[in-house]
Amino acid sequence: MAFQKIKNVKISGMAACVPKNIVDNSTLEMIGTKQERSKFIDLTGIAKRHTVGNNKICTSDLCFQASERLVADLNWSKDEIDCLLFVSQTPDYMVPATSCILQDRLGLSTDCFALDISLGCSGWVYGLATIAQLLSSGSFNKALLLVGDTVSVTKSSRDKGTFPLFGDAGTATALEYIQHASPMFFHTGTDGSNHKAIIIEDGGFRNFFTKDSLTVKESAPGVFRNNLQTHLNGTDVFIFGITKAPQSIKKILQNFNIDREDIDYYILHQANKLMNEKIRKKISAAVEKVPYSLDEYGNTSSATIPLTIVTRLNKEVRTSKQKIVCSGFGVGLSWGSVYFEIDKIVCPEIIIYNTNF
Amino acid sequence: MQQKFILLVKETLEIENREIRMSDTFRDFDEWDSLGLLTMIGIIDEEYNVIIEGKAFQELQTIQDIYNYILEQNL
Repeated sequence: MAFQKIKNVKISGMAACVPKNIVDNSTLEMIGTKQERSKFIDLTGIAKRHTVGNNKICTSDLCFQASERLVADLNWSKDEIDCLLFVSQTPDYMVPATSCILQDRLGLSTDCFALDISLGCSGWVYGLATIAQLLSSGSFNKALLLVGDTVSVTKSSRDKGTFPLFGDAGTATALEYIQHASPMFFHTGTDGSNHKAIIIEDGGFRNFFTKDSLTVKESAPGVFRNNLQTHLNGTDVFIFGITKAPQSIKKILQNFNIDREDIDYYILHQANKLMNEKIRKKISAAVEKVPYSLDEYGNTSSATIPLTIVTRLNKEVRTSKQKIVCSGFGVGLSWGSVYFEIDKIVCPEIIIYNTNF
Repeated sequence: MQQKFILLVKETLEIENREIRMSDTFRDFDEWDSLGLLTMIGIIDEEYNVIIEGKAFQELQTIQDIYNYILEQNL
């Protein structure tokens, strides 16, 4: 079934952490002339991005600092947390799973369910659906959903169609089993027939890493990259996004009889302004109901939805009840939407990664 | 209809201070680039409710080609 209604699970808090290093697209010469840079920022909505640069910061490092702060602010005891999910496509190692490393690093009990999920732009919605299902039966009490990516590392600096779009971020969402919590509603979809639309071809087990993986080739006119860097078919992904995301949001509203008027905010995966504005118009959502964090952080893959809530709705979610629809769509191809209500959650301001932690 | 489409293309690609014709090869325009392609796909979807997939778009050369493609889909 593409639809899920999940009961007895409450979102208690959210935090996000970004690297300190900022790349300013208005001065990034690879985009083109000053005029071209200004047009690029205007169309994509991406003025700046926080990236890990050469600082060897992993997604798990960003998620770790977000988690430490969130757990402290929630006044949770570490030994109460018995479920940990890590959603990312930039894990620490090929083997073992990063969630196992994070269990230890965060000082969680060894009586802990830990799992990695490999998804990108749809990852937070899928992670939320998975962790909510695990909690819903009462088998677990408190859970951490750690979601993020350092996608800037996987982009070629000679690919101007992708390089200036992406930033890095790690997030933590805290959930707990609470009887009679307001239900969450999900719609999810997958279309693997277009899995090559966003792909890193080498370095996995289909195509092992070889010396040739590092050879820079012109994969499309003006696009130079090697096979360890992301190939992104912008046209296919754009068409996919403006088709599937609005469909998914409409389906969730219809299927669960949710009144549009009741929705306070729609949080869309932050792909780029061009794509997101099309989606916003297709779901007939008012500008003020669809916040953006693209301008400051770019596309941070799986992290964009919680990052947008933490940075753009911080006061709203801390001080009042909000009815929110979120939609993630991208690499896989995979997409999913969720409706939930959150009421005065713990939500620290955005955390800038501290290298001396 | 054709006149409206010409205007739409001009607006979408931000072509100013010159006229364009249906027979023009849009790929030769200075204003044509990958972002222009996405903007066009988005606008055509919005205005005509027609999605032109990437592969299909590659076959189109002139503004007339795009126009004909939209007409065929709307039949």
